[in-house]
Amino acid sequence: MTTLSHVPDGFGRFGIFGGQYVPETLVAALEQLEDEYAKASADTAFTAQFDSLMREYVGRPTPLTFAARLTEHAGGARIYLKREDLAHTGAHKINNTIGQALLTKRMGKQRVIAETGAGQHGVATATACAYFGLKCEVYMGSEDARRQNLNVFRMKLLGAQVNLVEDGSRTLKDATNAAMRDWMESVEDTHYILGSVVGPHPFPVIVRDFQSVIGRECREQTQQMFGSLPHCVVACVGGGSNAAGIFYPFIDDHDTHLVGVEAGGSDSSFGHHAAPLAHGAPGVLHGSLSYVLQDESGQTAPVQSCSAGLDYPGVGPEHSYWKDAGRVEYTSVDDDEALSAFRLLAELEGIIPALETAHAVAEAVKRAASMSAEQHVVINCSGRGDKDVQEGMRLLKSRGRD
Amino acid sequence: MSRIDAIFAALKADDRAALMPFVVAGAPSLETTATVLQGAEAAGADIVEVGFPFSDPIADGPVISAAMYEAIQSGTTPARVFDLVSRVRPDTGLGLVAMVSESIVHRIGAEKFIAKAAAAGFDGLLVPDVDLSVAAELSAITAGHDMAFTMLIAPTTSDERIGRITTLCRGFVYVLARTGLTGEQTGPPAVAARLATIRQHTDLPLAVGFGISTAEHVKQVTQTADAAIVGSALVRRMAAADDPAGAALKAMRELASGLQPAGRV
Repeated sequence: MTTLSHVPDGFGRFGIFGGQYVPETLVAALEQLEDEYAKASADTAFTAQFDSLMREYVGRPTPLTFAARLTEHAGGARIYLKREDLAHTGAHKINNTIGQALLTKRMGKQRVIAETGAGQHGVATATACAYFGLKCEVYMGSEDARRQNLNVFRMKLLGAQVNLVEDGSRTLKDATNAAMRDWMESVEDTHYILGSVVGPHPFPVIVRDFQSVIGRECREQTQQMFGSLPHCVVACVGGGSNAAGIFYPFIDDHDTHLVGVEAGGSDSSFGHHAAPLAHGAPGVLHGSLSYVLQDESGQTAPVQSCSAGLDYPGVGPEHSYWKDAGRVEYTSVDDDEALSAFRLLAELEGIIPALETAHAVAEAVKRAASMSAEQHVVINCSGRGDKDVQEGMRLLKSRGRD
Repeated sequence: MSRIDAIFAALKADDRAALMPFVVAGAPSLETTATVLQGAEAAGADIVEVGFPFSDPIADGPVISAAMYEAIQSGTTPARVFDLVSRVRPDTGLGLVAMVSESIVHRIGAEKFIAKAAAAGFDGLLVPDVDLSVAAELSAITAGHDMAFTMLIAPTTSDERIGRITTLCRGFVYVLARTGLTGEQTGPPAVAARLATIRQHTDLPLAVGFGISTAEHVKQVTQTADAAIVGSALVRRMAAADDPAGAALKAMRELASGLQPAGRV
């Protein structure tokens, strides 16, 4: 059995993926962050503080819930939900922002910036900043702000400044560009809390490590609840932080099948989906080498998904590594299937999932149907769907399905 | 000797510094860029950095980003930039440096991209977002085509890293005058001490950029630097003008008046 968990290497590489493809101006800040993170990880006071905040502020451990009616509906394996939707702020994003806010304090920086797509990372960053008394500015594409208006108000309520980005496609990638530009100007007193396992080293490893609390809990809970590890774990993948968080602690458990679900959008033609692992090729975007959707001359491709949080042309370098190593299977679910699953989980389990999460639900139901009743499937229920009710209503209505 | 080396050698003999304007290829059109490249030498430029437009330029400020967006909208592709350069190459003795994101170089393939750039008539390559471990490969490939290879040094770059970077460079080194994005500053950059530090690592010419927008800035910077790079100021003037090429050449003539004619300190 090969071990795939001992990455990245000293150059921030997951196999060939990762690295630091950034303007020289950012290198010193990334080196400082890498150094500070190494010290913090080895400091028991830091990890104890993180653990206690996870317990007492975020509400961890989040439960593992048996989805009885969904299981019955699928008619195969028993389906469980890892309930990140019950974490404070309603999604897994808070695990990372609390961790990075602690690092910000440790580095003596007073100001935080972040990018956000669906707004969950923006809300989670604003929350952590409110808790620690840090100044917070969040970059958000104006198209995403339209789709996720509720989260814009939440961020403002939490004291953050929301900077709308009008460049390019006015979505997550453009918000990320804007945040990186800000950071180049402000790196002396500002920490950039990147929200996914993307970007230049050391961000992919930092975010993965903070999110791995999901998978560690899940491993323990499955052993307690059904006496073994699950046969299959399913998670949605945009940048890939919730997936990396639940997958990583299972990476060396080769009997657990790991399935990442990308956004299939409206169809699989160029520009109509957000599935770089399915349809892309290795390329450089936002500071690292990973699978990416580009045209033949390296320009970033347009992407499309009903879910703002998955609407991103790149993916974390470690996912690219897992894909090429054959350790994780990546697939995609289109908008229609995701919308059906959005409704299905609400009707059968009384849980309205985020549209992002609905992609994982759709795939897991298909998987479970072809598995035996003795097997177990865990869905990472990465976020709640309250933020999506307006957009969900609009999309279902436009399809005559309201 | 490569063309870039020859240009700096000639300048040194004249005791003069270089003016190094930056333009975004295809902004607002490739024809404009052709006119600028054809007229730049007469307007006082020595080397021009030709920026390949990229959809997601994280190192550039709003002025250059907007120009890149416009260039992409007008259909500028790397292939068309190469065509443009091969077309103007016979008309000019300018040094031409390709400034391009690693996203584009990687996608096309480093060997192929550099071979095409060399064949088109580029004299140097600058990839501002390259990973240092990949830079060695680009440096080696450009050497095979007798092209210069330039990397950036930021105000925050450590001494140890300056050593590693300058080892990979040929032609000249690009020194960032301040932390931050390409964009104009109101005050002239003060860089003498920084250049002295860098000169302990290399004998290559040092070109200073970021924040240079007037002839006075050029004059001050070239007291100690071997070249002044003007980017955003030029791109902004082009964007605001009815005749962008004319505005660019006029700006170059003004900026060139700040070059020290002789007796640099």
